[in-house]
Amino acid sequence: MTAMPATATHQPATAGPAAELDAADRRLINRLQDGLPLVAAPYAAVAAELDLSEGELLYRLERLLEAGVLSRFGPMYHAERLGGGLTLAALAVPERDFEAVVDAVNAFPEVAHNYRREHALNMWFVLATETPERIQEVIAEIEAATGLPVFNMPKEEEFHVRLHLPV
Amino acid sequence: MSVSTCPSESPSLLDATDRAIVLATQAGLPLVPDPWGAVGRPLGLGAEEVRARLARMQEVGIVRRIAAVPNHYRLGYVANGMTVWDVDDARIVRLGREVATLPGVSHCYRRPRHLPDWPYNLFAMLHGHTREEVERQAEALRALLGEACRDHRILYSSRILKKTGLRLAGRPGAGRKPEPRR
Repeated sequence: MTAMPATATHQPATAGPAAELDAADRRLINRLQDGLPLVAAPYAAVAAELDLSEGELLYRLERLLEAGVLSRFGPMYHAERLGGGLTLAALAVPERDFEAVVDAVNAFPEVAHNYRREHALNMWFVLATETPERIQEVIAEIEAATGLPVFNMPKEEEFHVRLHLPV
Repeated sequence: MSVSTCPSESPSLLDATDRAIVLATQAGLPLVPDPWGAVGRPLGLGAEEVRARLARMQEVGIVRRIAAVPNHYRLGYVANGMTVWDVDDARIVRLGREVATLPGVSHCYRRPRHLPDWPYNLFAMLHGHTREEVERQAEALRALLGEACRDHRILYSSRILKKTGLRLAGRPGAGRKPEPRR
C-alpha cells in the first residue's frame, strides 16, 4: 500500500465538495455528534452550551441537513437490539460483471449500504433484516442471483462504534 | 460472552409504544423546540413520556445516542479506509479494546476469518483528510498490535454503491414480505 494523497479519482461518485463552515457550524457539528441530552428542551440546552440562541441552532442544523453536510439527525438505533439481523458481507466480483452485480445486489431491500473497495473482495455490503434468521436466506438469494459465493462476516465482538469527525 | 463489551442482547426490550416511537423517529428527530412533544402528538403520547422512553432505550443500548451523523466527504474526510488485521485470537479482545481508543477509529469489530482467502479477524474503520493521514493512523494501530498481528490491509472505499441506512418495517414481530424485484 503506497502512501498517496486522495485525489479526485478516489472519491466516490456521490461525494460533494467539502462544505464551507463557519466557526459556529463547526462547534455545532462537533457538539451534536456527541449526542443530544434527554431533557425537556434539548435544543435550548445545547444552544446555551454553545452560546447560540435556540432559534439560531435549529436554523443552522436544518441548513446543515439540507446541504448534506449532515446526513441525518436523530436517534441512532442498535439494529440487533431492535430484534433484527445485521451482517457485513463481501463478494469478489469479476470486473466485467461489476455493474450487473451492483444492480443485482442493490435490488435487495435488505442491503443497507454497499461500497466498492480496492481488494480482490471488491464489493462490501451491510445486510439489515427484520429477523436474525432472514440473514442466511438473503445470503442464499444473493448467491443465487449473482452466481458468486458470499463471504459472510457477522460481528463476533463489538469494541467500538462511535463515528466522531472533528471539524 | 463475559468479556464482551456488548451486554446480552434481547429482542424483547421493546413494547408496542417504544416501537411506534422508533418508527416515528427513524428518519430523524423534529427540529422544533419541543421535539419529544412533536414525536408524541400523532401517537397520542405526551412529551414527557416520549422523552422518558427514549431515555430508557438509550440506557439499555437500543438507542446508541441521539446525534448528528456527518457526511464524511462533505466534512473533508475523503479518505475512508477499512483496515483489517490478522490478530492472535488469544489477544484480540484486549487489543481490540485498545485499538478502539485510537484517534480516527470509528467502528471496531471482531469478525470471522474465511481461510485461506481471508485471514483477517479485526476490523477498524479509519477516517482522514488524506490517505497519508489514514496510513499514519494505521501505523499507530500496527505499533499497538505489535507481534500479535501477522498481516493487515487497508481497503479504501472507491465508490458508494448504495447508502439507504437501516430501516425497521412497520409491523411488530412480523417478517417482512419480500419487495418486488426487477
